[in-house]
Amino acid sequence: MSINRRQFLRLAGVSTVLGVGGASVLSALTGKGEAVSQTTPHFTTDPRAITGKRWGFAIDVRKLKTDEDYQKCISACHDIHNVPDFGNPKDSVKWIWKDTYEHTFPTVTEDEIMNKELKEKPFILFCNHCAQPACVRVCPTKATYKRKDGIVMQDMHRCIGCRFCMAACPFGARSFNYRDPRGKDANGRPFIRKENKEFPTRMIGVVEKCTLCYERLAVGLLPACAEASNGAIVFGDLEDPNSEVRKVIDANYTIRRKPELGTQPSLYYVIGGRE
Amino acid sequence: MKNAGKVVIGVVIGFVVVFGFPFYYNLGKANVPPKLKYDTPAILQYEKQYGKKECVESKEFMSAEHMQLLNQWRDAVVRNGDRIYVNSRGESFHMSLQNTCLNCHSNKKEFCDKCHNYLAVNPYCFSCHIVPKEKQS
Repeated sequence: MSINRRQFLRLAGVSTVLGVGGASVLSALTGKGEAVSQTTPHFTTDPRAITGKRWGFAIDVRKLKTDEDYQKCISACHDIHNVPDFGNPKDSVKWIWKDTYEHTFPTVTEDEIMNKELKEKPFILFCNHCAQPACVRVCPTKATYKRKDGIVMQDMHRCIGCRFCMAACPFGARSFNYRDPRGKDANGRPFIRKENKEFPTRMIGVVEKCTLCYERLAVGLLPACAEASNGAIVFGDLEDPNSEVRKVIDANYTIRRKPELGTQPSLYYVIGGRE
Repeated sequence: MKNAGKVVIGVVIGFVVVFGFPFYYNLGKANVPPKLKYDTPAILQYEKQYGKKECVESKEFMSAEHMQLLNQWRDAVVRNGDRIYVNSRGESFHMSLQNTCLNCHSNKKEFCDKCHNYLAVNPYCFSCHIVPKEKQS
């Protein structure tokens, strides 16, 4: 007996419907369907997190009066992030540091006569979290990348230690772990003086840098340097015209480091205007 | 060759003896999988409070899939900035190896290392993530 095309299609359709329907009826009867009522595991953001479009800083070094004020900002960062101190400038690892006017703004033409305070005051420096970061363009593994909120992040899990980013960064904001940060120096002093148990260390052979306290922003805290700076470092969203940074930038004369390179740094140094 | 047959048999026996060594050497020695310890203060405290021991997912899932889960956690936290994991029971957890996992499993030597050594795997999580202090054993 042979069937014609119409009979075949009817048979195929009916058996498909029965098959599909039958399977669901069967699973409902045997209780396998219960899995559907469970939550599918997923990830969400902490409700306390601070969010923005492009994080930036306005830094008024005139408010950092003594050496202690600088040191407070630096150790606030280095202590919580387990930044090692190798005691040797060649190997040094730094997330935030201070330097002279000439080193901070080397491409600004020097005036014959210049404000003495400006010229002699140390500047506080850290990653500029550029809008067009050169380091991100050269990273072969995307270990460093730009987050949605403007943070130039460093994923230590992915870093292969090629140091392209260090060559690309015009601001010297990146450091390489030439030695094991968990090690000890010749006198038996550990390179990380006091470990913060809530934050990882790094390992030998990776590049590290300021991560704009992403772990603090995620739980609603301000960056550690801004918090310790007593108002000298103002943090906020550069794309929000009502943010505190924008107000400081609007009210004062500010300069950025090497703007001619076109990386669009997000650190604004207040050098004049209202106190 | 007069003794070709004997030579061949000798060679075969020699082969079996040499290459079978790992098999009969370990014969009869029970290959016991490690017993993991779930008796840290944090876990005992949890058991006291909720009347059961449970991880972020079922024990079977965790022992088989924790490496994939940790990779997903890492990408979610570092790459996407998501810090909360909602598990299949609908409970929320802060995703952190150092602050969440090791908070309960504060016995790396009796927990992580036991199984990793047994399986001869050498994950490098702990070259950066700080392990809680535990007594030398």
